[in-house]
Amino acid sequence: MVVGHLSEADADRVFHALADATRRDILTTVIRSGQSVSELARQYPMSFAAVQKHVAVLERAALVSKTRRGREQIVHGEVTALRRVALLLDAYEAIWRHRADRIAGILNDD
Amino acid sequence: MPVISATKDVDTLTMTFVAEFEATVERVWQIWADPRKLERWWGPPAWPATFERFEFEPGGQARYYMTGPDGTKAHGWWTITAIEAPHRLEFDDGFADENAEPIDPKDAMHDTVTIEAAGDRTRMTTVTSFSSVEQLERMVEIGVEEGMREAQNQIDELLAA
Repeated sequence: MVVGHLSEADADRVFHALADATRRDILTTVIRSGQSVSELARQYPMSFAAVQKHVAVLERAALVSKTRRGREQIVHGEVTALRRVALLLDAYEAIWRHRADRIAGILNDD
Repeated sequence: MPVISATKDVDTLTMTFVAEFEATVERVWQIWADPRKLERWWGPPAWPATFERFEFEPGGQARYYMTGPDGTKAHGWWTITAIEAPHRLEFDDGFADENAEPIDPKDAMHDTVTIEAAGDRTRMTTVTSFSSVEQLERMVEIGVEEGMREAQNQIDELLAA
């Protein structure tokens, strides 16, 4: 199994970024389709600057990236980092599935 | 299959695992309390565990190593933080150096085990919290062979069906 490496500092940024409900919501939105910051700002009851700050936190955690479209910047979701962590937890689940099978075996034997 | 559910929380690096066994609460408790039984299932099949020290009491220390297919030893430590026999066990679990001493005592996973009656079966719930992605990565690295075997078993089952 190949699981990409995520440094501790990167992981901290990912978890910090995802700890906020608005940022999780922005991430979900831009994973579906890229949106400009002004389009995003219209969907939240907060200032353009506040939405911009949330996007910046997501960008530092490499959860979103921006591309330029004319005068606007489009925010896109980057799910690689999150997927890596999810893959690791899936692999850890396999460890426990095996442990449970072996526990059942020991209980049957004894 | 004894597994009921496995719930993962990516945000908090936590996995909750629920399994049920056809045995009494006391017998499932012994799976944890008896180091010779524990050794038979704690390490991945390719990395059997040996517990060299095992103090099964609050504040107690355990030291173990898992031996890999090429003879590599992966050392680990536990500090037991709570015991309420036969229903609850909590411990910190971390990596140790070749002298079996904790590499960083603060760098530990935390496990909470709950064992309770569920009809004529016994339900075991384990909650594991990791303090960093590196820790999780290393656990998985040790268990990789097991993960692959699991995938292979599923394929075999599908082919046999």
